Amino acid sequence: MMNIAHYVPLSPLLAFVINIIFGRKLKSASAAVAIAASIGSLILSVKVYQGLSFGYGSYHLGQWLTINGKALNFGIIVDPLTVMMLLIVSFIGTLILIYSTGYMHGDIRYSRYFAYISLFMSSMLGLVLSDNFVMLLICWEGVGLCSYLLISFWHERPAAVAAGIKAFVTTRIGDTGLLIGMLILFFTCGTFYFCDLATVKGPEPLMTLAAILIFTGAMGKSAQFPLHVWLPDAMEGPTAVSALIHAATMVAAGVYLVARCFPLFVAHPIALETVAVIGAISALMAASIAVVTNDIKRVMAYSTISQLGLMMLALGVGGLSAGTFHLMTHAFFKALLFLCAGSVIHAVGTQDIQKMGGLFSTLKITSSTFIVGTLALAGIFPFAGFWSKDEILITAWNNHHPIFFGVVLLTSFLTAFYMGRLIFLVLFGKSRSDLHPHESPASMTVPLIVLSLFACFVGFIGSPLKEAGRMEAGVETYWIMLASSVVSISAIFLAYFVYLRGFLPVSIRSRFKGLHDLLSHKYYIDEFYDFIFVKPCALLCRMAYSFDFHVIDGLVNLVADLAQSVSGVLRKFQTGFAQNYLLVQALGLVVIIIWLLKI
Amino acid sequence: MTPLGYFTLMSAFLFCTGIYGVLTRRNLIGILISIELILNAANINLVAFNKYLGSSDGMGQVLALFVVAIAAAASVVGLVLIIAIYRNAKSVFVEDFNLMKE
Amino acid sequence: MIPLLSSIVFLPLLGAVMLLLIPSQMVKLIRTVSVLITGSVLILSLYLMMHFDTSRMMMQFTEYHPWLSGLNIWYFVGVDGLSLGLVVLTALLGLIACLASMGIEQRVKEYFIFYLLLMTGMLGTFLALDLVLFYIFWEVVLIPMYFLIGIWGGPRREYAAVKFFLYTLAASVLMLVAILGVYFLSNPHTFNILELAYVGFAPHWQLILFCAFFLAFAVKVPVFPFHTWLPDAHVEAPTPISVLLAGVLLKMGGYGIFRICLPLFKHAAHELAYIVGILGAINVFYGACVAFAQTDFKKMIAYSSVSHMGFVLLGAASLTATGFNGAVLEMFNHGIITAGMFLLVGVLYDRAHTRELKLFGGLSSSMPIYAFCLTFLALASLGLPGLGGFVGEFLSLAAVFGVFPWLGVITVLGLVITVIYFLTMLGEVLLGAVNPKCSAYQEMNGRELWCVVPLMMIALIVGFYPHSVLQFQEAVLLSLSRLF
Repeated sequence: MMNIAHYVPLSPLLAFVINIIFGRKLKSASAAVAIAASIGSLILSVKVYQGLSFGYGSYHLGQWLTINGKALNFGIIVDPLTVMMLLIVSFIGTLILIYSTGYMHGDIRYSRYFAYISLFMSSMLGLVLSDNFVMLLICWEGVGLCSYLLISFWHERPAAVAAGIKAFVTTRIGDTGLLIGMLILFFTCGTFYFCDLATVKGPEPLMTLAAILIFTGAMGKSAQFPLHVWLPDAMEGPTAVSALIHAATMVAAGVYLVARCFPLFVAHPIALETVAVIGAISALMAASIAVVTNDIKRVMAYSTISQLGLMMLALGVGGLSAGTFHLMTHAFFKALLFLCAGSVIHAVGTQDIQKMGGLFSTLKITSSTFIVGTLALAGIFPFAGFWSKDEILITAWNNHHPIFFGVVLLTSFLTAFYMGRLIFLVLFGKSRSDLHPHESPASMTVPLIVLSLFACFVGFIGSPLKEAGRMEAGVETYWIMLASSVVSISAIFLAYFVYLRGFLPVSIRSRFKGLHDLLSHKYYIDEFYDFIFVKPCALLCRMAYSFDFHVIDGLVNLVADLAQSVSGVLRKFQTGFAQNYLLVQALGLVVIIIWLLKI
Repeated sequence: MTPLGYFTLMSAFLFCTGIYGVLTRRNLIGILISIELILNAANINLVAFNKYLGSSDGMGQVLALFVVAIAAAASVVGLVLIIAIYRNAKSVFVEDFNLMKE
Repeated sequence: MIPLLSSIVFLPLLGAVMLLLIPSQMVKLIRTVSVLITGSVLILSLYLMMHFDTSRMMMQFTEYHPWLSGLNIWYFVGVDGLSLGLVVLTALLGLIACLASMGIEQRVKEYFIFYLLLMTGMLGTFLALDLVLFYIFWEVVLIPMYFLIGIWGGPRREYAAVKFFLYTLAASVLMLVAILGVYFLSNPHTFNILELAYVGFAPHWQLILFCAFFLAFAVKVPVFPFHTWLPDAHVEAPTPISVLLAGVLLKMGGYGIFRICLPLFKHAAHELAYIVGILGAINVFYGACVAFAQTDFKKMIAYSSVSHMGFVLLGAASLTATGFNGAVLEMFNHGIITAGMFLLVGVLYDRAHTRELKLFGGLSSSMPIYAFCLTFLALASLGLPGLGGFVGEFLSLAAVFGVFPWLGVITVLGLVITVIYFLTMLGEVLLGAVNPKCSAYQEMNGRELWCVVPLMMIALIVGFYPHSVLQFQEAVLLSLSRLF
């Protein structure tokens, strides 16, 4: 093992520093700086990958803090999971930076954009390299910060600002759980290091609680129910950002965290069960919402939540390799889909799929890659999604979780359906409004082509954690492959008939109006949160202030007023006339004399 | 020899007159004159007790002379102040001088 | 050999005397002298820092001279890991706030005389090791502060200045009584803080004396419910004075708790730790809630100070080395970060002459550098890992979780609200639609920028390499925690 892994995040960090300081002078060259740094990370990641064959483990960089007499070191962990994430982040990051040169062309904050992306890549690479919770938390918040900055990148739009705050706060609520969880872990087991998780022992309900709280952090970051609300709103950011951060990498950090702490979860079945249940709920809920959503990017966002849910479910049923494998394939095809969506938006200038249609004839490259991505996401043989979804199904079946198996099948049916709907509404049929689409420049189409090649073939690589996977998977079960293919293909055909041929009788439409409303209002979760959390919180704060102003400060002023009124009485005696004082003096003298004479 | 009681009675009368004047007079000059009366009451006591106690060094008379001198100086300062106040306020009545009160 | 600590303490006083001799029309000269004096104080304190032996937990650079020997009062000053960071912080903020005071136009001479007096008081408080000396310096701080707020302040300056003065004076009278109590209970009678730590007072006396000292410090920190002077004083004080108020004055309270309350009254500290912890958690949560409801920029930062100083109490209440380190580091960090925030509020106020958050908007288009600085410091203040604020909060929180887990949970909830109000503030001021009034604002000039940049650098360095500050305080705080 060569200790070069910690250089991987440094090169984008350098790009960030250069771009934030000299950005205005560099102008368009700032993109080149960011891309060069990203390629540097990619090369280093490949080197680290090659170094894996010499064995893996973790090494320390230096002491950071001392907590309760224990040294807390900055350390780097290098193992297949980390290397997989490194390669994904640096590779997709590079492609997206190239894409962004076209997509962000002419933006007034061009260099700022590349600075943020570089900072994001640096934090994300640092996140996957951390060998302890504290360093992970630092990078974890770092990526959250970049996500916030990039969501509100076009901050002239109030919606973007609100979405940024929502994203940061929602994930921060999850991070609070993570922080508490890791502190519980530290005080019961005395460690912050991931490598000790396999052996830690602690009092029972507390350890399960710690694991669940750590998962809360993952829930926030990976936009799992009930903390998923920020991701659809995060689509206010530039599309390339959505592709990189809110589809391929950052949102996968939660899945990565659960995978990293997998021994802890395995040791506490209730926690593992929680992961699976939350994953299943998120997968189904988000997929069902995606079916009725009309904003192309929001469809993708719900699809991302749903797919992340599948990964969580896979981990929850014990499939470490299945979950991480799906993370990898998903990163490629979801990034591809987002970039395609960006290209489409770039071409037509709207995000409403009801206004698009028949774009295939004008956007040949974008459309073909879009279709590749769709097939990969829908899980059609032999595209990437097929293989990873198959692994999830096999794991769920072999580990005797028929309900979760059913959930995965149902989710993949819905997935194929809404993706089919998207394709047929956007690319085929007749144009539903007078748009004049034009194909995007080469800087945008080349990354699309590269990613679509990966979306085709990355599935054949198999899970990067094959060793573990083979033991989990057990016997190959071809009927599962067949079943999932049948489900997906039938869903696509259903979508074809419904949306392209218009085979949906009005009577059915009206019968399901209630359901449609429920779905298009996203199960009213936003409204519910607004009512339960946001409004009461604001009310609490206003009440606290009026308490502060009226009661506490009021008491202070009351004391002051009291003193003033008492002295108001006392000052009556101070008439200001010397003669009055003298009179009192003289009388006093007389009294004293009388008193003396009596004695 | 005239008994001491006459002197002290005289002195007490002068003192009370002085106090009465200080307390009731509204006119600053009146107050000043009353203060002089009080001082003179003290002077009478000093001289009388000096004689009565028969001390040969004449300390009481010396003291009385001191008091007379200082009283003269004090009344000069007092009169100067009164004139200064009168020039500013066009009044010599005490109730008109309440600048320090509010 | 030159007495280093005395020269640090009395150099500003000397400067004030020098200013007395300069005619008040020579404004430039007055400003130059002030900057030179505060600059040399900073240089001296950096020299002190470099020659400080981090491995020793004893007092260093001590000066011990008889003063009023009949009462056993000594001129006794010294520095250890606890006070060093605060002395350097005071000297640094002293220079920065002095540079920020260049905008003061009225009665410049008086301003800088009071300013330098204030410096002497603050530095002396951190270095004095004799209770009488400590008390004198403590009170010396009040008077210049009263005039600085009362003369150069905003529209309600008299109310704020009187409130500040009376509130803190009332509390410190309590401290005076406690000092006398300590003196007469010790045998032989002494005011020496180091000797008093070995006295071991009777438990009931400890409780009383602890409460008396703690109340005096609580007003300064400020601890809920004694905090209401702070927002008023902050809102009315001119920018540089706000910087010192938040950056240094609040730390005097925290410092007092560590220097006097904990080592002198160990038994009482044990007994009352839970209450101190509860007050700390209330400070964090309540301060954050109230800050969220503010519409005035400066008032919001003032309440955020209340919130952050809660971590100092929490760290102290944990009675562990980790918590102490967290608390003292939090004092340093809060001094750095909040001082920077107040400077930035001042920058905006100079342009807009208002601090209503709602009246700004879209500033990041017209003032990108300002936007960067404000975002940076807001993030540091809300405890973003990797920046200064996080480390202190994390250590305090970690320590509290080990001792009072529920207080930790409340505190963490407070942190969530902290995130909300800082982000809302950023959203209102920097982002959103560009307010036409704000589009004409000038970008920060060089002086304003260079006042803030050192603070940002320190916040970044401490965030990534907390050892840079912790190394000075670890030894002494470890030995303090061993007492419990």
